[in-house]
Amino acid sequence: MVDVNLESTDSQVGSEIKTLAESMLRELEQGELSKAVALVNDLNELRDRTLFNEIGKLTRALHESIKNINLDSVGAASEIEHTTDKLQYVLEMTDKSANRTMDLVDEGMPVASGMADKATALSARWKKFMSKELTPSEFRQLTRDVDEYLNSSASDARMIKGQLSEIVLAQDFQDLTGQVIHKVTDLIRDVEQRLVTLVAMAGHVDRMTGIEHETESVKEERENEPDIKAEGPQINTANADVVGSQDDVDDLLSSLGF
Amino acid sequence: MVCKSRLLEVGLDKNMKILIVDDFSTMRRIVKNLLRDLGFTNTQEADDGTTALPMLQNGDFDFLVTDWNMPGMTGLDLLKNVRADDRLKSLPVLMVTAEAKRDQIVAAAQAGVNGYVVKPFTAAVLKEKIDKIFERVEG
Repeated sequence: MVDVNLESTDSQVGSEIKTLAESMLRELEQGELSKAVALVNDLNELRDRTLFNEIGKLTRALHESIKNINLDSVGAASEIEHTTDKLQYVLEMTDKSANRTMDLVDEGMPVASGMADKATALSARWKKFMSKELTPSEFRQLTRDVDEYLNSSASDARMIKGQLSEIVLAQDFQDLTGQVIHKVTDLIRDVEQRLVTLVAMAGHVDRMTGIEHETESVKEERENEPDIKAEGPQINTANADVVGSQDDVDDLLSSLGF
Repeated sequence: MVCKSRLLEVGLDKNMKILIVDDFSTMRRIVKNLLRDLGFTNTQEADDGTTALPMLQNGDFDFLVTDWNMPGMTGLDLLKNVRADDRLKSLPVLMVTAEAKRDQIVAAAQAGVNGYVVKPFTAAVLKEKIDKIFERVEG
């Protein structure tokens, strides 16, 4: 981390200005106008020197931060580029897993409905048998069909069981993508910290040199622009502008006359 | 209640042509599967508003299910384009989206959406909204 002692620079420059101002006042009181004007020049020089010093420090800090973030100045593979690759990996893993799960469900669903349909049909015939409504030949056919059903339902159930455990296995992405996301989060936190230091230094240069950026009114104007944009999922649903559930959506829409 | 939903199921044309618009293929697949479970099998897919709009203009669709947040043309812009098109303006539109801010829902309502489902959602919610949309459209 770049370590710059801002406070000591501040007080040093401050005392230099104070000394110059005091001697200027003294010269003026003694009627030495040309000496006082010369001191104004000294003040200007001090300001310029301070500015150069701050820019120098800022440049060093920037350089240091860039080095720390591992951004290669010639554009070779950087940490940030690796991060993009990592997130791409997360995207691919989750996509693959979702599709694998849905493939298995698509395979299993007709097997399950087939079992249900066959059982319903057999059950109707079984009831007829229990109330003695079946002819002997119908009964013989029923026993053969029940036998076949028992065999097929055992193998169907085994198949569904296998698909269910494969669905569980397809959730392994959570562990792998979780590890990647942890790494990316760490990197972002690190970069953020370094950027905060840089912003603090830039702010210091602004203060020393009296540079002003955006006035409040411009800032407010920009913030007040009515703009409805897609934002993606809301992580913090406790926020008052965010609906917490489908019921809230329905309430809001019905309050609008839907 | 049972009678009413029964009538509705008879009234709802299971062959109606539905366009599903979402940039994520898995979400399109989920919506498609849920619609299939509800008996609607005549579905087509598009991955954003830019591809969806010409399909709608040339394809006599009966119903549009769209996400909001998509590259190219968003779902909200697609909705506005649909409402501005003379031949499409009365097409029922259901928005299925992760966008959950009050301002956004109000904006979608003002743009003329017929139903709004926030992700993650359940099959029951999707069915309820579709039933409600067509109850109102046909009623």
